[in-house]
Amino acid sequence: MTTAVKVQLGLAAAMFAAAPWVINAAPYEATMGLVYKIYFFHMPSAWMFLLGAIVAGVASGRFLFGKRQASDATAVAAAELAVVFGLLALVTGPLWARKAWGVWWVWDARLTSSLLVFLIFVAYLLLRRFGGPGADKLSAGLALFGMANVPFIYVSVNYWRTLHPKTSVVPTLPVSMGIPLWFCVFAFLLLFLALLSLRATLERQRARVDALYLSLDEA
Amino acid sequence: MRYFRVFLTLALLAAPVLAGAQPQPSPDEFQPISQVPVEEQIPAINLVAAAYALVWLALLGYVWSLGRRLQKTESELTRLEAKDR
Amino acid sequence: MTAFLRVAALVVRKDLTVEVRSLEVVATTLFFAVTVVLIFAFGFVREGLAVEGVAAAILWITVAFSGTLALGRTFERERQADTLRALLLAPADRPAIYAGKLAGMLLLMALVEAVLVPLIGLLFQAPILAAPLRLAALLAAGTLGFAAIGTLFAAMLVRARSRDVLLPVLLYPMTVPVMIAGVRGTAALFQAEPDLDLAQFWTALLVFFDAVFVTLALWTFEPLMTD
Repeated sequence: MTTAVKVQLGLAAAMFAAAPWVINAAPYEATMGLVYKIYFFHMPSAWMFLLGAIVAGVASGRFLFGKRQASDATAVAAAELAVVFGLLALVTGPLWARKAWGVWWVWDARLTSSLLVFLIFVAYLLLRRFGGPGADKLSAGLALFGMANVPFIYVSVNYWRTLHPKTSVVPTLPVSMGIPLWFCVFAFLLLFLALLSLRATLERQRARVDALYLSLDEA
Repeated sequence: MRYFRVFLTLALLAAPVLAGAQPQPSPDEFQPISQVPVEEQIPAINLVAAAYALVWLALLGYVWSLGRRLQKTESELTRLEAKDR
Repeated sequence: MTAFLRVAALVVRKDLTVEVRSLEVVATTLFFAVTVVLIFAFGFVREGLAVEGVAAAILWITVAFSGTLALGRTFERERQADTLRALLLAPADRPAIYAGKLAGMLLLMALVEAVLVPLIGLLFQAPILAAPLRLAALLAAGTLGFAAIGTLFAAMLVRARSRDVLLPVLLYPMTVPVMIAGVRGTAALFQAEPDLDLAQFWTALLVFFDAVFVTLALWTFEPLMTD
């Protein structure tokens, strides 16, 4: 573990520990009530999910066309993180929706498209796990296609159904509410970066273990 | 490279039709809280607590599993490197 | 460009020759499609009448299911005789080989749809002749999108383990836009008053989708299929 990762991880842990107090200090929102505070963890999770998907797609493209082995480790790490944060966003979303909309699940555009992109990355991990030899290349193709698919999924689901509160809510939030929100986003981002490099390290070590096994077999 | 251009032209042809169409307002926009029967309402604090607990547990669990996997490969690596020498 | 088309045409001819001799994929896929429609009929027909608006959904789900089956069978045949490797070793443009495979797949799926659409019109009282050209355009655009991704995924899964499970697992989430656009567009055409503008919007979305993913597939086929 490098020093940078240690610092990131420690800072993220401290920020996560402080988060409940920061969120608690945020003003009460009149129309949605207390439950809107889920948003402080929901939205950063959703953003990290999207970031993971984008990083996985770009890294896969570099691996596929640039033949950079290092990018493959980054792609796996980002895809796994996309699944983790996507799961968090998909679990916290319905908890909020239960109070705000009265149902656990709605076929709302953003919720549905998040679920679909989440499924693509779950498929990525499945392919990685069960694809056998050559799965690294195949999953890179999948991630690339998945990233290209995000706008299509979003547009098609959007025309199919629309119910989500608009993203434009964020800039119009009063400063006293925006600060805790950005605090949480920053904490999630630090954690994301730290976990990304850790997971990529793990992948590289696994590659080295495999290479060592091969060289031992030959000896 | 030429056949890419054919498809790009196709894409450009489709674009104005897409841009021209507007999403139709869906009939069921926002369902206010008051429509849920009282006995089915869940106190907000429970939902908030559940959400935060889940986030904490999931992230801690992931960090823990990542640490374990790292340790495992690390020890395997040192074992193999010792054997290799 | 001519060399590209020639290679693609040769690949199509090779596949057609093999298929015409046995009719294995065509016969099984057609029969499978009819069976799927029947199963849906048992699910959705109540008291002799189909639930309103299911015809479009049944059409597209059947296309997706039978398409997956055909993709799996076509590439399984290539794998058994190891002919895909031979094909890839040929001194030909890799994207041209992909284009040929895609064209063969499109022919097969068009054949299946030619049976499927009248069948659904017959069994579910769907007005398939209300706007036949628009329906054909929608089907063509949707099938191209599905087959473009499907052919690439099936080709790259040829060497993978548990490929028969992985193909639908990878393909279905990826082709959800095709499903939504196809079903909504077809439903707009199957209404009592066909909504032509809405159908046109969905067709345009599908054409856009096709353009992006055919380009991407031609582009990634080379690095994906190289060892």
